[in-house]
Amino acid sequence: MATLKDVKTKIGAVKKTKQITKAMNMVAASKLRGAQSSMTGFRPYASKFAEVLGSLAQRGGNEANQLLAVREKISKISILLCTSDRGLCGGFNANLMLKAESLLKEKSKEDIKVSFECFGKKGRDWCRKKNLEIASEHVGVVGGRFGFNVAVKAGRKLIDRYLDNEYDEVYVIYSEFKSVAKQLPVIKKLLPIPPIEAAEKSKEAEKSFLAEHICEPSPSELLDEMLPRNVYVQIYSALLETSTSEHAARMAAMNNATKACNDMINSLTLAYNKARQASITADLMDIVGGAEALKG
Amino acid sequence: MAGNIKLEIVTPEKTVVSEEAQIVMAPGSLGEFGVLIGHTPFFTTLKVGIIRYKDIKGEERLVFVNGGFAEVLPDKVTVLAESAERRRDIDVERAKSALKRAQERMEKAGATQDIDFMRVRAALERSMQRIKLAGTIR
Repeated sequence: MATLKDVKTKIGAVKKTKQITKAMNMVAASKLRGAQSSMTGFRPYASKFAEVLGSLAQRGGNEANQLLAVREKISKISILLCTSDRGLCGGFNANLMLKAESLLKEKSKEDIKVSFECFGKKGRDWCRKKNLEIASEHVGVVGGRFGFNVAVKAGRKLIDRYLDNEYDEVYVIYSEFKSVAKQLPVIKKLLPIPPIEAAEKSKEAEKSFLAEHICEPSPSELLDEMLPRNVYVQIYSALLETSTSEHAARMAAMNNATKACNDMINSLTLAYNKARQASITADLMDIVGGAEALKG
Repeated sequence: MAGNIKLEIVTPEKTVVSEEAQIVMAPGSLGEFGVLIGHTPFFTTLKVGIIRYKDIKGEERLVFVNGGFAEVLPDKVTVLAESAERRRDIDVERAKSALKRAQERMEKAGATQDIDFMRVRAALERSMQRIKLAGTIR
């Protein structure tokens, strides 16, 4: 049986751990709020953009643009892998890497080479460990504050390489923020741009949206301008979603850790009290025994 | 036609302007255009430049836009820009250093018409427009 002092030190240690996990929980919660607010800030732009793009795609020739054309032979693809920089967020990164792993397996079966574009330290380390090709890495983006230009820079590079025929397809793997309690790892095709669906038809009034608009320059030229931007928008939203998910995942993980600490402290305190009582009983027995002996 | 038109300038990061305006002037890629209420539906790309509008009190306001798109409806103008700043929010120091950098790179690149050159020129244009706007009388 552990001595009294041992148990006491253990309780102290667990209490300190609890302090840390609790603090991390609160930090994650406040960061989550920030990330969520930048997501809401992005929403008006994204929805308007999708709406305009959808109706333009309906009007303009779809096949004209190189970014839309599906290539027949695929020899190399690029995967943009969004993960967090830091750990202690439960299965968050592991889930994303699992997705990457499955895509990797599927592609290497077809003898397709894969190159990675890593956002976040965890994904980068994973690629390094597995000796995968890393085209570029961006650390300190996910989970922090970043602007739209980060997405533009990355997107531009990808598009350039895509047009140079270095890559034949580009995917993005990120974590979709469903709710504070639920985040889903997702694979999405960035290039060639999948057929664009028309904006939601729920808005009856805007059904004929853009139909009678004057366009300057022509709709197909406008589309040429908008398509690369669509890639940036997708990357930006993937990064925002991943950041928000990271904080939510960390909040949940730290909440669980704090609860586990509480349980542990309770059971340790019980053990401590038992040990203390046992020693008191033993002492009493000694005294009573001594008194009996003196009485003779 | 009398009345005000709703102006919205949104960037991926936030909504920069959302208010009523008497008139809006924007730098379309095929020429500057002005919008009053009741305008024909119209869609265009924008150049890097300055959007001018008169607010309900008739005071002129200026906003820098870094390219993008504008959609005009009879009662509303929506501008989607990669970035946009009101005059008071412009970081002049940053624009000046960007201008210097762009000029240096321009000289190095010479007159080669490749993509990089186009980008440097765009950076040059952006910083010059920012400085110009910030320099106008407050």
